[in-house]
Amino acid sequence: MPGQETAVDVYKQSLPVILVSLVAGLFAGTILGTDAMREGIASVPGLLLLLPAFLATRGGVYGSLGARLSSGLHQGLIEPYFTRDRRVTNAIVASFVNGMAVSLFIAVVAFIVLVMLGRSGSLVELVGIMLIAGFLSAVTMLGVLLTVIFVGYRRGLDPDNVIGPVVTTVGDVFGVLFLLVGVYLTRLIL
Amino acid sequence: MSSPDTESADRSEPVLPEGWMIGHIIRTMLPLLATLSILQMVSGTVLETFEEQLLTTPSLLVLVPVTIGTAGNLGSIMCSRLSTELHLGTLEFTPDNPAIRSNVGAVMGLAATVFVVLGLSAWAIGQVLGGTLALWKVMLISVTSGMLLAVFVVVVSITAVYSSFRLGYDPDDTTIPVVTNVSDITGVLILFSVVSLVL
Repeated sequence: MPGQETAVDVYKQSLPVILVSLVAGLFAGTILGTDAMREGIASVPGLLLLLPAFLATRGGVYGSLGARLSSGLHQGLIEPYFTRDRRVTNAIVASFVNGMAVSLFIAVVAFIVLVMLGRSGSLVELVGIMLIAGFLSAVTMLGVLLTVIFVGYRRGLDPDNVIGPVVTTVGDVFGVLFLLVGVYLTRLIL
Repeated sequence: MSSPDTESADRSEPVLPEGWMIGHIIRTMLPLLATLSILQMVSGTVLETFEEQLLTTPSLLVLVPVTIGTAGNLGSIMCSRLSTELHLGTLEFTPDNPAIRSNVGAVMGLAATVFVVLGLSAWAIGQVLGGTLALWKVMLISVTSGMLLAVFVVVVSITAVYSSFRLGYDPDDTTIPVVTNVSDITGVLILFSVVSLVL
């Protein structure tokens, strides 16, 4: 009965997830604090502006994909294997489209806010960075999430318990890293 | 796109339920994601405003992702536990209710643990990255903003679960996404309010 659990019980149950996200956050923060990233932040106006939106929407897109696949597995609608099942491919395609569309949207909104703040910035540069970072994180998140959910499920893990930590950890660390890659590649292209 | 259509037709029904259609998933998710992005511009604007200070003080940059992540996590722990207890009928909205007490105690304890470790780590990583901010200042910023954030998460979670219960909505569907994102954004606001007071 949850009503009879003490604060210490609740603390012990929740600590692992919180510590995993602490370690992931420290990794993400360390990448943010490196010379390369600070140089990127200084040279691309609007990069810090779009950072929270970019990280939060990664969680939204892939957290919901995870929840959908997990419900499908529990209901017996899908099987935990990489097949061309229409449910699985539809869910993957939809989350890819959502991830890319929202990345583009964030670049545009960030540019508008930047202009409203009276700063100058380049819309093309922000769009380029968001599309590259959005694409790379989509590929990584889909690969990691599907593997963890399917392999985990086959070995008796309840996907509901692992999706949250996996999405935050992989999403934050790779999100920041791919933002940096986006800055470099956009600079090469433009 | 040649063979999969005929191949999967054998295994699954020709028309999938709405929840598994690409168009349906996009139409339901995209407006939420767009709203979320616009709301997150509040934290983005705070970060952008403090850009110069962040660039010269790497410890502060290290604090940002953990503060955001922990705020959301504490909010979702608090909300999902309160909603489950509500469904089980063990929750009453009084300060001496055991369920409320143990959840509040746990969230405060978790915040204390995370933000003490975070203060030490952010200082150490900041030193390696060439920062000069004193340990006591990083600790003061981390622990003060962390504990303020925990108080905020507790108040907002209880209010959100209580109001969605009174309005007749299942708190599982409504409160977690709202509280998680509100806590995210407030986390950045509290962190930089404390930063501007300490530095």
